[in-house]
Parts: sequence; C-alpha cells; structure tokens
Amino acid sequence: MIKVEQLTKRYPGVVAIQDLSFEVDKGEIVGFLGPNGAGKSTTMRILSSFVPPTFGRAYIAGHDVFRDSLKARRHLGYLPESVPLYGDMRVNEYLRYRGSLKGLSGKKLQNRADAVKELCGLKEIEHKLIASLSKGYRQRVGLAEALIHEPDLLILDEPTIGLDPNQIRHVRELIKSLGKRHTILLSTHILSEVEVTCSRVIIIHRGKIEASDTPENLVGRIRTSGTIRVEATTGSDDPVEVLERIDGVKSVVANQEDGWHRCLIRVEANSDLREDIFRLAVERRWKIRELTQERATLEDVFVELTHTDN
Amino acid sequence: MKRLFTLLQRELSVFYYSPIAYIVLFLFLILNGLSFWFAIALLNRAPSENTVVQVFFNSAFFWISYLLVFPVITMRSFAEEFKLGTIETLMTAPVRDWEVVASKFMAAMLFYLSLWLPSLFYFLIFGWLGNRSAIGSAAQVWAPYLLLLVMGMFNVALGCLASAMTSDQIVAAMISLMLTIGFFFVTLINYVVNSSSPILREMTAYVAQLDHMDSFSRGVVDSRVFVFYPSMAFLLLFITYQIFQYRRWKV
Repeated sequence: MIKVEQLTKRYPGVVAIQDLSFEVDKGEIVGFLGPNGAGKSTTMRILSSFVPPTFGRAYIAGHDVFRDSLKARRHLGYLPESVPLYGDMRVNEYLRYRGSLKGLSGKKLQNRADAVKELCGLKEIEHKLIASLSKGYRQRVGLAEALIHEPDLLILDEPTIGLDPNQIRHVRELIKSLGKRHTILLSTHILSEVEVTCSRVIIIHRGKIEASDTPENLVGRIRTSGTIRVEATTGSDDPVEVLERIDGVKSVVANQEDGWHRCLIRVEANSDLREDIFRLAVERRWKIRELTQERATLEDVFVELTHTDN
Repeated sequence: MKRLFTLLQRELSVFYYSPIAYIVLFLFLILNGLSFWFAIALLNRAPSENTVVQVFFNSAFFWISYLLVFPVITMRSFAEEFKLGTIETLMTAPVRDWEVVASKFMAAMLFYLSLWLPSLFYFLIFGWLGNRSAIGSAAQVWAPYLLLLVMGMFNVALGCLASAMTSDQIVAAMISLMLTIGFFFVTLINYVVNSSSPILREMTAYVAQLDHMDSFSRGVVDSRVFVFYPSMAFLLLFITYQIFQYRRWKV
C-alpha cells in the first residue's frame, strides 16, 4: 500500500529525513515512532503529497505521490498533526464539502457523511460551528473527514494528542476497528497505545529508520528492562550504599516504610543482576519479600534506540 | 469541473459567512448612493452635456470605493489558508493547484460584481422613470460595467497575488492596496509628464483606468482594454499560482 524508496528531505541547513526506505502492506496498522523532530511529520507530509521530497520516491497504492499525485491522493485519508479545520463551517457542512471535494455526490455523499458522523460520535454536534468545538471533538471531525471517502490508506499524525484518557481510549478503539478495512500509518508518543493497536512499529531517529518490527519482537530484542525492584529489611545496613557496590548497578533509589526498604535499582538494559542481589542479601542476612525485574516495554525499546546523551 | 464548482461554492460561502462582506456591501451602498445623488444634484443645478452615468463613474466617491474594495475582498483568500494551516488539508485532497487559485479568483470576482449590481438598478430605474436622455444610450450604461468587469479582473488578480505572498491578512491588504493604488496613479504620470515622452504616454495609456472610464462612460468602447486587462489578470494569476506552489512546498 505504501512504498518508500530512499526518501530524503533537506530543509536549508537541516536534513529532516535521510534515505528512508520502508513498505507498508495492505491491512497493516503501522505505528510510526520517533522523538520530536525525528522526521515523522515530514515523512507523512511527503506521503500525502503536501511537500515534495528532495530525493527519492514514494508510492501509494502504486501511484507516485508526485508524478501521479491526484490518483495517489484519492486513496488517502490524511489527518495532519494540527487538525486544521474551517472554523466558520458547521460540522455537517464541512464533512459534506470535503466529501464532495473527494469525489462523492448525491445519495452516496449523504450516506457517507452519516456513516462517519455515527462512527466518530458527531451526531449530536453536527449543526455546531467548528470554531465552537472542544479539542476532542475537533480531532474527531478531522478523523471523520479523513474517513469520508473510504480511503484504502489512512495516515494519522498524532491522532490522540491533546485528548483526555477517555477520548484516547475511544480513538484507540476506533483505530483498531478501522484496521479491519483500512491500512493505517499512525504516529504517536503514547507507546502503550502502539503496543495494543499496531501490528508493526517503525522507529525513526534523526531522519533514519532505527527499527522496523512487530512490537513483540522489538520488546523481545531487549529481554529485560533496566529496572529491578527489591523490598527487604536490611538491619543496620544502608541499602543504597550496599546495592550500589554491585557491578552493573547504575543507581538506587530507596524509601522506607514499616521497617521495609523499597528499592528501585536501575541497571544496564539486558543485564540481570537478581542473582547477585539475592546472594548479597543472603550474606548480609536481609529478609526479602520482593525481587523482580520489570518487564521490558516498548518504551524501553524506544528509549534504548533513540536516547542521546547530549 | 465538479471539483472547481465545489471549491467555488466554499470560497463564496466564506464571503457571506463573514461580517466583512456585509460591512463592505453596506459601505458600498452608501458610497454608490452618495455618488448617484451627487450626480443628479449636479445635473439639477445647470444644463449639462454630461449624462448621470458619466458623472457617477467619474466622481471621487466612485474611485474611492472602487480602489478600496480590492484589498478587502482578496486579503483573506490565500493568507487565511496558510495561517490556519487548512492549506494542508486542502492540498492533500485530490484537487489541482490551479483549481484552488481559479476558485479563489472567481469567488472574489463574483463578490466584486455583485457589489455593482445596485448601481446598475439605479440607472435602469432612473431611466424607466422617464429621464432617458439623462441616462444616455444603452451603450453608455453598459459600457462602464464592461470596463468594471475587466478592470476588476486585473485588480482582483493583484489582490490574490498579494494574499498568496503572506500568511497575514493585514499585510496582504497593505500590499494589495499599494499595488492597486500604484497602478491607479500611473494614469497621473500622463498629466504630470505632459507629452514630453510619447513612448511613456503610450505605455501608461494601457493602465490609465481614469482615462478608460472617462471614455467608456461616454459610450466610447475601446477594445484594447478587453485584451490588456484580462491578459494581465491571467499573467498575475499565473505568478500567484507559482508563489502559492512555492510557499506550500516550502512548509
């Protein structure tokens, strides 16, 4: 559905993306991740044929997004990051305008407008002016607009930004249900969301692809995260001082409650120090009631891949 | 074609949704009314060789309202899309760039033309009430409106160009006003230079809107303006199209 070949975009003095190549197959929900300024929005803007690349090619449904732009755009529903809307139009009117711009008319237009209003929960506000809508509703209007012509491909740039937890859950469910019929490329910073919705994740950093795999495989690549949780009574020992002496421990944070020390130990990712900690506890005659290594999440992968020390 | 119509409908609705349209319409009615009243009052005072149409289209009221209207009706067209960011949703829908430019130009033209309708009715009603000779021949009534159409094309295109250059409506209005008034005053070079340079005279004669209106309101239709103004409008729209494309790709 999407094919990107050696895509490069340079702005004066800045390389936004460099030599990006990836493919998205029909029916996939792909999460497009990366820190701010990594080039996510730039890539999406090129795919939606809003800005041309400096170098390289991109195809949507087999159509070059620049040479065959109009055909490519017909297959695409795009929700830009800032969700720009015309404040002077009413919701219903806006959806009908955009539908007709995308080639719908007559009965079909009415049916599609009704369908997307239903899907995005806009029925009760269809006669309101867009300027008077809350952020959550604006987001939904944007999403409804992207969906109105039943595009094969949806490109959503941070669809849940600025929404409250209930709305985020709603949008997440919506995206999941849309994934049955549409191919979706979405960018977001809420990684838990990606873990439950996306079948594949592409992580970019400084304009280059760092990883592209299923969330499970990515998490599997980092076996363990860098945090060990210990709860123990340590007698007269200061747990922070003792634990920090173990090789591989980066830092220890401890607090005390009813004589029990709860310690969070940060260690190198991919290293398991639980046995060392247990041995130490036995030697020192500590009583332990918890010793766990936290399960790695996509967040750990993300941090690992895109962390910079500067 | 259907897309162009959809875009045009949207652009026209922008005018009639905003209060600016009604303020402009209101001021225009007042200025045109004053101009008309002024023309009749002048002719009442003493016998004159001029018709009402002639006096109306050569009064200061007319020229002020004519020149000021272009920045107001065009300042929003492109600048607002860039400012709101709606340019991104607009241009990622399956529409061609030239369709967007054309629809914005056509909408502004239609609004501009609708502003002159009331004055046309003044003349028709005035003539119908029995003062046919004060109105002049049919050509004397229609000719100024034909000229307004083509001069409007030129100035609206100037306004579109100004609006495409910036994301700020006020800046767009300023640029547009500067260009419109600038071209208008070219006429005056004719009077100032006073035939010292025939080439300059000939060149400025093309954009001499004052002179054109003077002859058209007498019923003298000069076909050159029908070539010059529309082709200049086309050229300006082409530049607008280029700037529009350049700015959107630079985002």
